Amino acid sequence: MGRYIIRRTLWVVLLLLIVSAVTFLIFYLLPTGDPAALRAGKSPSPGQLAAIRHTLGLDKPVYEQYWIFMKKIVLHFDFGYSYQNSQPVRDEIFQRLPATASLTIGAVVVWLLIGLPIGVISAIRSRSFFDRLSMGGALLAISAPVYWLGLVGLYLFSNDIGIVHVFDGAGSYTPLSENPGRWFGSLLLPWLVLAASFAAFYARLLRSNLIEVMSQDYIRTARAKGLPERRVIWRHGMRSAITPIVTILGLDIGILLGGAILTETVFNIPGIGRYAYEAIINTDLPVIQGTVLFGAFFIVVANLIVDIAYAFLDPRVRYS
Amino acid sequence: MTPLLEVDDLRVEFATEDGVVHAVDGVSLAVEEGRTLGIVGESGSGKSVTGLSVMGLTRGRNATISGQARFDGMDLVGMADHELRSVRGNDVAMVFQDPLSSLHPYYTVGGQLVEAYRTHHPGAGRGESRDRAAEMLGLVGIPDAQDRLDSHPHEFSGGMRQRAMIAMALINEPRLLIADEPTTALDVTVQAQILELIQRLQSELGMAVIMITHDLGVVAELADDVAVMYAGRIVEHGPKTTIFDAPEHPYTWGLLGSIPRLTAPRDEELVPIPGRPPSLINRPSGCSFHPRCPYVRPAHTEVEPSLEPISADPAHRVACLLAEPARRKLWGQLRQGASPQDAREAVLGAEVPS
Repeated sequence: MGRYIIRRTLWVVLLLLIVSAVTFLIFYLLPTGDPAALRAGKSPSPGQLAAIRHTLGLDKPVYEQYWIFMKKIVLHFDFGYSYQNSQPVRDEIFQRLPATASLTIGAVVVWLLIGLPIGVISAIRSRSFFDRLSMGGALLAISAPVYWLGLVGLYLFSNDIGIVHVFDGAGSYTPLSENPGRWFGSLLLPWLVLAASFAAFYARLLRSNLIEVMSQDYIRTARAKGLPERRVIWRHGMRSAITPIVTILGLDIGILLGGAILTETVFNIPGIGRYAYEAIINTDLPVIQGTVLFGAFFIVVANLIVDIAYAFLDPRVRYS
Repeated sequence: MTPLLEVDDLRVEFATEDGVVHAVDGVSLAVEEGRTLGIVGESGSGKSVTGLSVMGLTRGRNATISGQARFDGMDLVGMADHELRSVRGNDVAMVFQDPLSSLHPYYTVGGQLVEAYRTHHPGAGRGESRDRAAEMLGLVGIPDAQDRLDSHPHEFSGGMRQRAMIAMALINEPRLLIADEPTTALDVTVQAQILELIQRLQSELGMAVIMITHDLGVVAELADDVAVMYAGRIVEHGPKTTIFDAPEHPYTWGLLGSIPRLTAPRDEELVPIPGRPPSLINRPSGCSFHPRCPYVRPAHTEVEPSLEPISADPAHRVACLLAEPARRKLWGQLRQGASPQDAREAVLGAEVPS
């Protein structure tokens, strides 16, 4: 088990290195954004450009730039400074992390609370009216793009332009530390919108997993032992059906912690996703690199946790 | 002596998209305490469904089950689910074909045995149940039973897994064990060990066994009585020696002719039964076996045979439309090594069946 974890961790380090190199190179080679020109303002003289290139270290060879870039990240977790407002990217990201984490964790809770029960009931009563209704609804929820759903939600429920006012503070983000009630009210709508497609996807996935598991031989064995059907479903069926879902959940959390760009943008939540969105609009390279790497970091770490969790969940993995 | 299990006119149908599958069609059989009944037949003959239905394991939305299965005064077919659960794994237990897929991959072998024990001994503590599980693993011949309790099924070999399945089935000392092809997924040498194990445990625990198999060798080894199933029905039923020495149904002849025997001359050819088992949705008219029967007469495609005792031996029942003397002559020919065609010509005349 220890060797397995070490192997996976080394793999994670390698993966992050590759992601950093790719991110660095893509933006370095990008035709649209000469960083010096972006930095210099309107119609700079060649002398000014050269001076800026020198301050930013852009006159050095690529590998040396990459080396400096990586050294700063690894040693100081330093992604450089935003071209836009000269703020350190690291601090800006950390400042925005609570908003993104609030959005992500709340949405995860919502989609698990909605998706899993629907999945279980649909599987046990497959082809029933409930099953058909919820699976049809799930298809709709998966198909509805999050920005559209978000705009509809805002149109209906936000405090300023909305038709119905049910959520206190909907439409403008309030940090948890400031006012927990308003925090909850401001995030409820984004949670629901972000969770909708995930809940639908998890419900469908759990349903099909559970239906498949319930036809396995070991379920027949459990019934042959005389176990009550409830125990057969929960202890024998769910144990197998939920395992792939745990692994997907880990990845989804990792992806969202890197920033839910669309949801954060639609609901004006000052999170990492919105930060990245603004950086893309302004071609703010250090911020783009920082948010991309930060996002990649979460995904890769989530992947690692998932792999380790899987070995605990499925005893067969441990020995292979 | 009243039988321990008496199945009477069991019918099991499954509604599928292609039509109604008549998996079991009026099966009646009986097993007495301490005895072994072998149910033989090809895949799709309904032998497994018969066993599963006795346990109530074929119940479901698309299944229609009728008939009776009287066990110790109770009717298992008509019983409510919650009542049946107290019988399952307790008075009647079952062992399945593939021990790897039949054990839960995520739980330890010990945990699964303990669960089986505690389901029917709600008062039993953890320690007591574990001891009982270890005792059972020891009884089925797994060394270091106490340590192996914490192993997962994939750490066991095929034979050990089947031993563990048997231990789990027998942990509550059932009075009837239904073994559904328990050796089919195993190596030949392991097969023999498992059969021996079942035999030993049967005599130690005094239980009745229903051995469901396609393997006549297994039946020859274990069974007291044999029921031969074809297309959801029993076509021949009798004591083992009778079935092997004086079979009366052409299908049984076919089964016996298609297995190698050590005592037979080396150059004797095995005769496979031509054709394939019929669809259970659209069964052949008349005798279900008629499309594959070498001795078929025109009338056999119209009249359904019923399982009747033969005149010489009331314990021996056959569902065949051929006249008894003709059957005996045919078997006599086959026994001397005649091919089915020669036997037919000698006994029934040269006419080609229509």
